[in-house]
Amino acid sequence: MDAAILQTILFWIFSLLGLAGAVGLLINKNPVYAALSLILNFFSIAGLYLSLGAEFLAAIQILVYAGAIMVLFLFVIMLLNLQDEKGVLKYDARRGAAFVIGIAFVAEMMYVFRSFFDDSVLGDFKYGSVEPIGRQLMTNYLFPFEIISVILLSALIGAIVVARKHTYTD
Amino acid sequence: MENLIPTTYSYLAVSAVMFALGIIGVMTRKNGIVVFMCIELMLNSVNLALVTFSKMWEVSSPDTAVGATGSMLVFFVMCVAAAEAVVGLSVIIALFRNKLDIDINNVNIFKW
Repeated sequence: MDAAILQTILFWIFSLLGLAGAVGLLINKNPVYAALSLILNFFSIAGLYLSLGAEFLAAIQILVYAGAIMVLFLFVIMLLNLQDEKGVLKYDARRGAAFVIGIAFVAEMMYVFRSFFDDSVLGDFKYGSVEPIGRQLMTNYLFPFEIISVILLSALIGAIVVARKHTYTD
Repeated sequence: MENLIPTTYSYLAVSAVMFALGIIGVMTRKNGIVVFMCIELMLNSVNLALVTFSKMWEVSSPDTAVGATGSMLVFFVMCVAAAEAVVGLSVIIALFRNKLDIDINNVNIFKW
């Protein structure tokens, strides 16, 4: 099969699935269903990364986002045993304003993209594999890479400090 | 069939629509965890735009050390998002412990 046809099919399947997942996140009143819709969205974005040639990021997207972060979200949702949210689809002025702002944002971004970038067909791209990314991490981005480990450690300690049960014994 | 072939605009349009859906979710939903998931959705749509720009502008060259800058940015955004998710969820747990509710309309102790 021709590569352009394959990319077209992949793009349409994954973009429509991703948008469906995003809409599902907005309209589901049960937070567990909303989290599952978001997982669908994350998988679709991984598919879009693949169709763009960024296969390392696609793998990381599934492992870190759909695997780790969303499992954490589902743990917290089930731990808290939340009720369904009431009036998700009811219309009021705040929802109308949010909708208008969303439409205005999309129109503005598309105007910016149309004005400043030429309508380029997707070209050849070969920086998505592990080798160039690993090379970059160990040379040009070594310092940010080390800083990330400090950020993750501080997030770990901060989460324990914030979420633990406070017992004042003094 | 010809005009169904995706260009960079197609990917950027998907990214912009996802970001707008995230904005709408943050502004309309009341459940704190769902608001948080909408923020994750916005981070992801920005990542998609970054990968698209990376594909647009990073020309292929034999020297791989100059490429992959967009991928590096997405990588660091993902790491920071993971750290942010951990801290945010622990804040939500602490909130639930104190108020037995995570409706963000009821969290107004800083409001004056």
